[in-house]
Amino acid sequence: MSEILIKNASVCDPAQGINCEPMDICIRDGKIVERVSGNAKVIDAVGKLTMAGGFDGHTHSAGKINVGRFINPNDARKNPVPGLSGQVARTEKTRAQVGYNTPNTYAIGYRYAKLGYTTICEAAIPLLAARHTHEEFKEIPILDKMGLSLFGSNWQVMEYIRDKEPEKLAAYIAWGLKASRGYGVKIVNPGGGEAWGWGRNVTGLYDPVPNFDVTPAEILIGLAEANERLRLPHSIHVHCNNLGKPGNYATTIETMKLFEKVKPSRDRQALHVTHVQFNAYAGTSWRDFETGAPMVADYVNGADHLTFDLGQVIFGPAVTMTADGPVEYANARMLHEKWSNQDIELEDASGVVPLFYSPKSFVNAVQWAIGLELALLVKDPWKIMFTTDSPNGGSFVNYPEAFTYLMSAKRRAEVISGFSKMALDRMVLPGIDRELDFYELAVMTRSTQSKMYSRPEKGNLKVGSDADIAIYDLLPGQVDPSTEYAKVKQAFSGAAYTLKGGEIVVKDGEIEATPKGKTYWVNAKVPKSIDAAMQKDIDRKFRKYYTVSKANYMVEDSYIQKPVEIDTEGVF
Amino acid sequence: MPVIKDAVCSLCGSLCDDITVTVEDNKITKIENACILGHSKFVGMFEHDRIETPMIRKDGELVPVSYEEAIEAAAKILVNSRRILSYGWCSTSCEAVSGAIELAEETGSVIDSTANVCHGPSALAAQEKGSPSASLGEIKNRADVIVFWGCNPVHAHPRHMSRYSSFSKGFFTEKGRKGRTMVVIDVRKTDTAKLADNYVEIEQGSDLLLITALRSIVNGHEDVVPETVAGVPKAEVLELAETLKNAKFVCIFFGMGVTQSRSKYKNGDAVSSLISDLNQHTKAVMIGMRGHYNVTGFGQVATWETGFPMAIDFARGYPYYNPGETGANDLLVREEPDAAIIAAADPGAHFPQKAVRHLAKIPVIQIDPYANPTTEIADVVIPSAIVGIEAEGTAYRMDAISLRMKKLIDTRFKTDEEIVKDLTAKVRELKRGA
Ligand code: SF4
Repeated sequence: MSEILIKNASVCDPAQGINCEPMDICIRDGKIVERVSGNAKVIDAVGKLTMAGGFDGHTHSAGKINVGRFINPNDARKNPVPGLSGQVARTEKTRAQVGYNTPNTYAIGYRYAKLGYTTICEAAIPLLAARHTHEEFKEIPILDKMGLSLFGSNWQVMEYIRDKEPEKLAAYIAWGLKASRGYGVKIVNPGGGEAWGWGRNVTGLYDPVPNFDVTPAEILIGLAEANERLRLPHSIHVHCNNLGKPGNYATTIETMKLFEKVKPSRDRQALHVTHVQFNAYAGTSWRDFETGAPMVADYVNGADHLTFDLGQVIFGPAVTMTADGPVEYANARMLHEKWSNQDIELEDASGVVPLFYSPKSFVNAVQWAIGLELALLVKDPWKIMFTTDSPNGGSFVNYPEAFTYLMSAKRRAEVISGFSKMALDRMVLPGIDRELDFYELAVMTRSTQSKMYSRPEKGNLKVGSDADIAIYDLLPGQVDPSTEYAKVKQAFSGAAYTLKGGEIVVKDGEIEATPKGKTYWVNAKVPKSIDAAMQKDIDRKFRKYYTVSKANYMVEDSYIQKPVEIDTEGVF
Repeated sequence: MPVIKDAVCSLCGSLCDDITVTVEDNKITKIENACILGHSKFVGMFEHDRIETPMIRKDGELVPVSYEEAIEAAAKILVNSRRILSYGWCSTSCEAVSGAIELAEETGSVIDSTANVCHGPSALAAQEKGSPSASLGEIKNRADVIVFWGCNPVHAHPRHMSRYSSFSKGFFTEKGRKGRTMVVIDVRKTDTAKLADNYVEIEQGSDLLLITALRSIVNGHEDVVPETVAGVPKAEVLELAETLKNAKFVCIFFGMGVTQSRSKYKNGDAVSSLISDLNQHTKAVMIGMRGHYNVTGFGQVATWETGFPMAIDFARGYPYYNPGETGANDLLVREEPDAAIIAAADPGAHFPQKAVRHLAKIPVIQIDPYANPTTEIADVVIPSAIVGIEAEGTAYRMDAISLRMKKLIDTRFKTDEEIVKDLTAKVRELKRGA
């Protein structure tokens, strides 16, 4: 029995409405408990901000990030955030580390833990390549992981939607999650991946997908209804059509509206829209490009059925990686950059392209502003998850820097002062004086995630929850984030303590222990007869069109590290 | 009599996963679906010379010892050396590769794969220009134009054309070979070329010229192309460019004829650029024809664990990468290593003489199921189980799709994975003692 007592912590736990109040936290055997014995190890947290462990709900940390590493060996040497990037030699406790945007697996685990993060969700698992994702998961230390499986351009999905077979569609989703050991349904540029199979794209919600006689809108609604039928813990997770294109805010709002009629089957949103910064662009071309954040925020403020994440841009080098194949080709051509592409038979397409966000580029400056505008214009932080869509908008190691933008108008003004007049004319950020407090920051980095992924044991400090805890060397009330942002950034960059499952993994910003994390996956139950009918259809797919057998497609148990199976019972 | 279905063939980079194997009395008695190469691998393990037992060289002779003794001797070599080369690891599982990387990190070694002498330049090309690719099923289901450039699948990947490319039938390609145009570009009329609709014979080492000419034409500058390019008349080059541009879906499969001929990685860089250009007109992708069944896997594992796909030097405690300086042959030609660990590869047969000569001078640890020329210069020989037959583990197909290799029969041999684990443990023990 291992016991820890965190004494006199200054606790910020929005799930319980606790706003920076002094409290003790008791831990036994990895869980938060009411009380501990006198033998408990004591952590003196006087004067230290204490929150649940951070939960990054949308990051690219396994799978196609390996293509990013492969084509960018230069990234391995980059060190723009000392202590959290670049090359670090192995020690007795840690493996060797390299990289900035595309760190090696060990570095990902250590660096998230140093930021006080303890759970991540990899936002794109191609079904056929899922085994690879889990192999990387195994080598990412400390963190608990989950992943979202891609369904948005899948032939079987499109056929079932076209042929109006919602029950078989749900059975297929359940099977696909099991095959890939995924946690939820990811949809990227619905229909666009299939169009990209022929070098094309779809232009919006009602543009038919070549050869499949369905529209992106039908795919979205079909998958959302299947998702709710299966009572999955997470809603559908949507990367909208037209990502990265001026004027796309209209498609984004249209997509959000589509789900007003979808009833969630659990106490969570019906829709999660991801990295909205890339989808909140106004204007008609890159010439008259401007922010579309106010329109999107306006809609979100009046809507109750959705959550979203930012995809905040960080200036400097980034590596874009997305299952939106056509977007990456367009990026590569526009930026004259190297381009990697990986289309997956019958399923989806993806690409990887490095780029550089410069504050001198008016487009990049406006992109930077849009992320912050979304966070500050949307009133309810419970609708927002903070992300950089790492490493698309920038590496996660910049989270502490980005927090200072959210918490300090003065800090924003400093950055903005370097922008061109043209950039300033295209954004509304300079007129926004809202500053987030620690409570709101905790909501956006932990609490929203706990709720939106239906993981009540994560992202909060309730009795019974996992003892995943971050303690920062910072006392709310004594440090003023709106002016002392350097202190804020420093404290968030290296937690005084990070506890993962009740074990101290970081102390004074350094790695103390490297336990293995858990892998969450969803096993959705489907009636046997429906499953059998669906299996017949996919047997044919495997026989005729796939290049691997169905038996070899399923990710085997041995790849799932410390599996946590989440069972759901579908409604049929 | 157990019949195992959907077994994965651990010979070439095609990684066919539809092999049916019958096992009787722990012996494979029947193999269905494998090609002649795959078949001979499955049966070969009974017919070829297995290394029967661990061995240590004493007074010039390899003498049998136990696994424990061999591992202790190998570990001693490793802790007493300052510049170790770890090489090979491409005909074994990803799990073994992962262990090998940990051992290399522990001992400050340089670790490199057989890509050093095959598709290493393709990796460099990808670092320069990216790699627009697809899973093999995309080719099966969509490709109407297939180009084999500097490769000869008829002999090197015998089932490739029927399972994935020229002859396969898919969703948009139900006519199979009849609905496809097959182009072969090579310096000699190989057996693959004999099957092509269009065989383009180019002069040795002039691939880059032809790729550049094709790019010029695809991009609308045919006027700059001379009357012959790479020994090919301009009219033929124009026709080839038209075939590519007018396709619905093109895949260029490229082999060592491209990566190891003159201009090396620049060829791959140019192919990648050509693919990017072609996508202005049609859909196009490229796939390297990887030889060893898991050379792709080495690159994948090394990349996620160290940031780099090959030629990784741990001397500084963190991974350092500079192929040309840190490749296996670079080190050996400079006579730098003072010990080597060679697994699942045969540099004795495949490396340049100068490199082999240096290998012969230093202590060499070999891990392999079979005796080969490297055994002749090895000082510690550790036999291992054959992955995909006697041991399970992960392998990556040439298109980076991973598959679980099955264990079909029992064996008395340790797996590569176990051997590196034991070796790492022993090295740590000896270091602590020191
Ligand atoms: S083509 Fe390659 S993988 Fe397939 S059976 Fe033959 S040797 Fe084995």
